Amino acid sequence: MNFWNKHLETLPREKLKEIQFERLKRVIRRVYKNVPHYQKKFKDAGITPEDIKSLEDVKNIPFTTKEDLYVDYPYGLLAVPKEKIIRLHTSSGTTGKPKAIFFSKKDIDNSAELIARCLVMTGAKRGDILQNSMTYGLFTGAFVMHYGAEKVGIFVIPAGPGNTERQIALMKDFGTTMLHITPSYALYVASVIYEKGIDPKKELKLKRAYLGAEPYSEQTRKKVEDMLNIDVYNCYGLTEMNGPGVGFECPYKDGLHIWEDNFLLEIINPETGEVVPDGEIGELVLTTLNREAMPLIRYRTRDLTKVISEPCRCGRTHRRISRILGRTDDMFIVKGVNIFPQQIEQILMGTKGVAQNYQIVLESLDEMTVRVEIDRELFDGRIDRLVKLKEEITEKIRSATMVKPKVELLEPGTLPVSEGKAKRVIDKRTI
Amino acid sequence: MDKVHLISVFAENKPGRLEKITKVLAEANINILAFSITSTNGFGIIKFMVDRSKDAYQLLKEKGFTVSLNEAIGIEMKDQPGGLYEVVKILSEEGINIQSAAVYVAETRKRAYLIVEVDNPEKVIESLKDKKLNFLKTS
Repeated sequence: MNFWNKHLETLPREKLKEIQFERLKRVIRRVYKNVPHYQKKFKDAGITPEDIKSLEDVKNIPFTTKEDLYVDYPYGLLAVPKEKIIRLHTSSGTTGKPKAIFFSKKDIDNSAELIARCLVMTGAKRGDILQNSMTYGLFTGAFVMHYGAEKVGIFVIPAGPGNTERQIALMKDFGTTMLHITPSYALYVASVIYEKGIDPKKELKLKRAYLGAEPYSEQTRKKVEDMLNIDVYNCYGLTEMNGPGVGFECPYKDGLHIWEDNFLLEIINPETGEVVPDGEIGELVLTTLNREAMPLIRYRTRDLTKVISEPCRCGRTHRRISRILGRTDDMFIVKGVNIFPQQIEQILMGTKGVAQNYQIVLESLDEMTVRVEIDRELFDGRIDRLVKLKEEITEKIRSATMVKPKVELLEPGTLPVSEGKAKRVIDKRTI
Repeated sequence: MDKVHLISVFAENKPGRLEKITKVLAEANINILAFSITSTNGFGIIKFMVDRSKDAYQLLKEKGFTVSLNEAIGIEMKDQPGGLYEVVKILSEEGINIQSAAVYVAETRKRAYLIVEVDNPEKVIESLKDKKLNFLKTS
């Protein structure tokens, strides 16, 4: 097992909590003093920095939501003078203005430091060649990974996304050993490599890929791993929290370690705002414990996950979260049960005979219709097999969600093709 | 060859599906000899026996239909009362399970064929060898 900073990564939990508490107190004092918006929020909630007497007291501090990022936009949440800013990154807001996140020199260095931990954790080292196929630009994804890899001494090819022919040529010509890429693009590149008749085992030197920036299922990971003969590591991040490297998988690929000396991790019930026990699914809430320019306190990520608190076999003491199950915005309720589209997707992707395109239609409070296209290649003209397939899907979804769905099998090409973010849930109840 | 081919097309139960499929065949001047529709809650399978099976299969596939080419056997029966009964009786005595069936009338009032899909057509033909049945042959 390789470590970038073994001391910090394997710190005993009590020590780690001490660091978290000290850093929490410091960041709360700083934002109270330097950020009028936070000072007002705290005062409205009747909280002063002196009220934080233990780590658990964090639950009394108000949340920061994406709406807070637009108050006093764009510089309103800065905790340092503007002269200390050396970088802007933005995250596309769904409506109107982007979310603007600012980095100081120290913040850039620190985000690279965290990525260095992540990369080394997966076995990457000097001599590796990283083809960085994320977008270089306002989006954080590519830059943070770039600096982190350079810090380790890894040779970086700043490929950016797209131009698949060139991506493959770069891999062949320069002997790329690692990819940083979105899951949907990874699937596409892998399929083109196949169509071209390139044998990844013989003609490419790929060892591993870091897939992030969109949620994806375990089946997608397996598919990319098998097609390219590599290890795929799940990588989670968001611009509001430096970008990639907030959560990253170790070689055991069983949940993503969150660097808890840098982020305070909570899971809450998205409806009530209450902290839920470890192991329960809820919304991920993060507090930056080590960010200079723009600290965020109890930021609601809107991502759904759960904490895995059992110690990891890799020896790191930083807790893990499960892969992202979806967005709180995507969650819907049928028969009083919280369901995420990702749960349905996982089932469909693991079922032979259906294609990947699907849609969930909600017409009433207690009925869910799952519409799925059948796999054209596996169609054999037998109606009994299709009836069985339909029953199989119904039963699998029922046992996973506790709600028995109505399943419709569709002709391939019936559902709209997803370009980027697919609209999976059609909720007719709100119209 | 004692086996014949059927084209199976997956179709959702909604207006216009049969029309779309038959239009493709008509435009390619492919003659439908027999057809059947099996439908269940929400979807169904339309099966055709045509004069140019492979062409029809390729064409429908290119047009984006979900289609498969299946083997079947055609058993001659008299186009008169009791004709179907005679044939089906033999099949059931042999314990042969019919997955799908259609009728192809070769000569009205004289000669017709029962087109059936069964598991393992070769074996079924073999087991029916001494039953004095005539099978439809494809070139």
